Amino acid sequence: MTALWVAVAVWLGAWALNVALAGSALARRPFGRLLVPLIFGATVLVLWEGLVRGLGVAPVILPAPSVIAAKIAVELPTLWADFAQTILKGAIPGFLIGAGAAFVVAVAIDRSPFLQRGLLPVGNFVAALPIVGLAPILVMWFGFDWQSKAAVVVVMVFFPILVNMVAGLQASERMQRDLMATWGASYWQSLWKLRLPAAMPFIFNGLKIASTLALIGAIVAEFFGSPIYGMGFRISTEVGRLGLDMVWATIAVAALAGSALYGLITLIERWVTFWHPSQRH
Amino acid sequence: MSRALPILTVLAGIVVIWYAAAVWMNSTWVYDQAERAGTTVSFAEMVPQTMTQDRPLLPPPHQVGAELWKGLFGQAVTSKRSLVYHGYVTFKGTMMGFALGIIVGVALAMSIVRFRVMDMSVMPWAIISQTIPIVALAPMIIVVSSQLGLTGRDVPKAIIAAYLSFFPVLVSMVKGLRSPDQMQLDLLRTYGASEAATFLKLRLPASMPYFFASLKVAIAASLVGTIVGELPTGAIEGLGARMLIGSQFGEPLIMWAALFAAAILAGLLIVTVGLLEGMARRRMGVPA
Repeated sequence: MTALWVAVAVWLGAWALNVALAGSALARRPFGRLLVPLIFGATVLVLWEGLVRGLGVAPVILPAPSVIAAKIAVELPTLWADFAQTILKGAIPGFLIGAGAAFVVAVAIDRSPFLQRGLLPVGNFVAALPIVGLAPILVMWFGFDWQSKAAVVVVMVFFPILVNMVAGLQASERMQRDLMATWGASYWQSLWKLRLPAAMPFIFNGLKIASTLALIGAIVAEFFGSPIYGMGFRISTEVGRLGLDMVWATIAVAALAGSALYGLITLIERWVTFWHPSQRH
Repeated sequence: MSRALPILTVLAGIVVIWYAAAVWMNSTWVYDQAERAGTTVSFAEMVPQTMTQDRPLLPPPHQVGAELWKGLFGQAVTSKRSLVYHGYVTFKGTMMGFALGIIVGVALAMSIVRFRVMDMSVMPWAIISQTIPIVALAPMIIVVSSQLGLTGRDVPKAIIAAYLSFFPVLVSMVKGLRSPDQMQLDLLRTYGASEAATFLKLRLPASMPYFFASLKVAIAASLVGTIVGELPTGAIEGLGARMLIGSQFGEPLIMWAALFAAAILAGLLIVTVGLLEGMARRRMGVPA
């Protein structure tokens, strides 16, 4: 029980520290903005460890963070193979193909107002459907290896990106478009110089949503059949053997990969849309 | 009518492409069969054969429609083969997760707007939590909840659905509760309004448009969560379980019918939320 009380005491102390930090002048500095959530995250881990040790929670219910960390260190080669299979071969190529296809289709339907009025509602609707249900069908078509996972990802990311991209291409103002017209700019010039830059905040919004969907699609598709590695495969088999520490290790990798992908897109966004009001602090 | 025409055109285009793809993808099997039988088939003979296979690679729309009709209306709604029954199981899970997601999302948003320390410590982690593919947790949540003595799949499914749906609610509600401008807040202060009164009379009403906008996203996410929660768990009820059964027994028609039933359910849910939103807006006196 001591472990539990120590953890609770650490939690309360850290929380009091955070309250003080949030009220202090440091909270307005970038350093403070980073420090507070870091302290919070660390105390969650401490509390978790204390709960598991103090209450003697069985490892098949919840392994302690230290056990998971040890598992990660031991199983690094397996985790890397799973990561390469699911993220590098499945999610990222699928994401790039889906985004590319959405870009081409968005420009195509941007040229035709009729198609736009028809495709946008349909696209909006399809984007809200549980597309992940297509996974078993695509696994049937493309086989068990990474191709089917990439295909699921393509389908899942296509519509959110398309809808955002079409909305973004409308984002430039009438006045600006008229100005381009008075300069005698061609369609492509006006697209490249005015409307694509204006669409960028919307496009990145779509890409961010899609980055999470890509990981979900790649992992869920592996539940329907995969080679003997891959994160979805690892999770479903290890759960069957009650190897919860390995499941958590895989989840930790998935969390890192998801956050890294999201962070990467945010960095590119900051670099591309530095002019947008939401980027000013 | 001028709004419906483009949509109908696009839908008709999709059906045409679908039929063409069905002919193209299913033809391989027809040619294979003919080659095995030592005969040849002409194109005109091949096309009708691609429309009626038992296990087509891509079932043409009318086959899916027929299977869907059979599943929805062909049997008693209590039958294990009825898609209405499976749809109801999924709907129940979706609603539980949706309700849980709204409660968690609104509660977190309220405390984030009220307490600066919550804003600084919880908000970054809420964002990070969404970059984690929670579906990875689905099989584990089910094992753990059965270890804890929770039989049945309702609770684990609801947890997964709630995890996916709380985030849109949280983000919109934080934005909505902060949407009253300084003038309005100052006015209430001059009235000597208490914090609770400010919340109830200004912040909460001001957040409603944001709230309803987020519900459409949240309910779609909740449905996805429920279906995913039904996948890797050996569940035998629900639309996700139907897809898995179709996949395991090599019955594409079952998969497609379940997929379309899920799409119909999603559509109904989104339309219902839209109607509720319209009603609420009228009650609050917003011109439509």
